[in-house]
Amino acid sequence: MTIYVFYFLSFLAVLSALMVVFSKNPIYSVLYLVITFFSVGGHYLLLSAEFLFAVHIIVYAGAIMVLFLYVIMLLNLNKETEPHKKAIYQFAAVISGGLLMLVLVGALKGADGAAVELGANTDIGMVKNLGKMLFNEFLLPFEIVSVLLLAAMVGAVMLGKNPLKEMRNSNHESTATKVKTVNK
Amino acid sequence: MNDSVSEALRGVPLNYYIWLSTALFVIGVLGVLYRRNAIVIFMCIELMLNAVNLLMVAFAAFHGDGGGQVFVFFVMAVAAAEVAVGLAILVVIYHNTRSTDINVLNKLKW
Repeated sequence: MTIYVFYFLSFLAVLSALMVVFSKNPIYSVLYLVITFFSVGGHYLLLSAEFLFAVHIIVYAGAIMVLFLYVIMLLNLNKETEPHKKAIYQFAAVISGGLLMLVLVGALKGADGAAVELGANTDIGMVKNLGKMLFNEFLLPFEIVSVLLLAAMVGAVMLGKNPLKEMRNSNHESTATKVKTVNK
Repeated sequence: MNDSVSEALRGVPLNYYIWLSTALFVIGVLGVLYRRNAIVIFMCIELMLNAVNLLMVAFAAFHGDGGGQVFVFFVMAVAAAEVAVGLAILVVIYHNTRSTDINVLNKLKW
C-alpha cells in the first residue's frame, strides 16, 4: 500500500518539476512548483515527519510561492515577454543535465540502502521530540537563523525602496519650498 | 502508531528516495541551464533545495536520528531569506532594465 502512495507522489513530483522547467508561462511554472511542493510534503508525511510537513506547507506553498506570484504579477510577466535561449543552448543544457544524471546514477548505483541501520525510535518527527532537540542541541544555530531572517528582512526593505525616486522627490520638495519663499 | 511507521519504512526502501532526490535535483540543474528568465531560475534553485531536504528527511527517518530533520528546518529558513532578498534584487533589476532576462546583465562580462 505504502509503495503505491510513494510511486504516485514521486510521479507527481517529477512530472510537475519537469513542467516547471518546460512550461512557457512563468505563472504556470509557479503553479506546477506548488504541486511539486505538495507532493514533497506528502513524502514527508510518508516518512512520519509531521512537523516538517506542516512547516514545509506553510513556508514553501504558503510564503515563498505567494512571494513568487506577487513578483510575477508586479512585473507583469507572461508568455510574450518570456526570453528564449537559442535552440543550440537549450540542446546543450539538456545534454549537460543528462550527463549530470548519468554521473549521479553511476555514483549511486552501488549504494546499498539496506546497509543503513534502522533506528529504534520512529517518532522523531513529532513536534515534542523535534522541539526538544531544537532548543537543546541546536539552540545557537536557531538564534543565528533568527538574526539571518532579520537581516534578510532589512535587506529586502532596503532594496525595495527606490533611492533615485526618493532623491528626486526631495529635490522637488526643496524647489517647491524655494518657489514658495520667492512668491512670498 | 510505531508499528505502522516502521511498516511504512519497510515498505519503501531507502534507495527509492535516493533516486527520487537525484531526479528532482537534476531537473533543478537542468532548469537553471535551460531557462533565461531569472524568476524561473530561482524556482529551479528551490527545486534543488527541496530535493536535498527530501533526502535528508529520508536519511533521518531511516536512521532514527532527529538531527537531519532539524537541519532541514534550517535549510528552509535560509531558503526563505534567499528568496526574499533575491526577489527584491530582481524587482530592482527589472526597474532598471525592464526585463528579467539574465543575458541583459552582462556589464561585468570581460
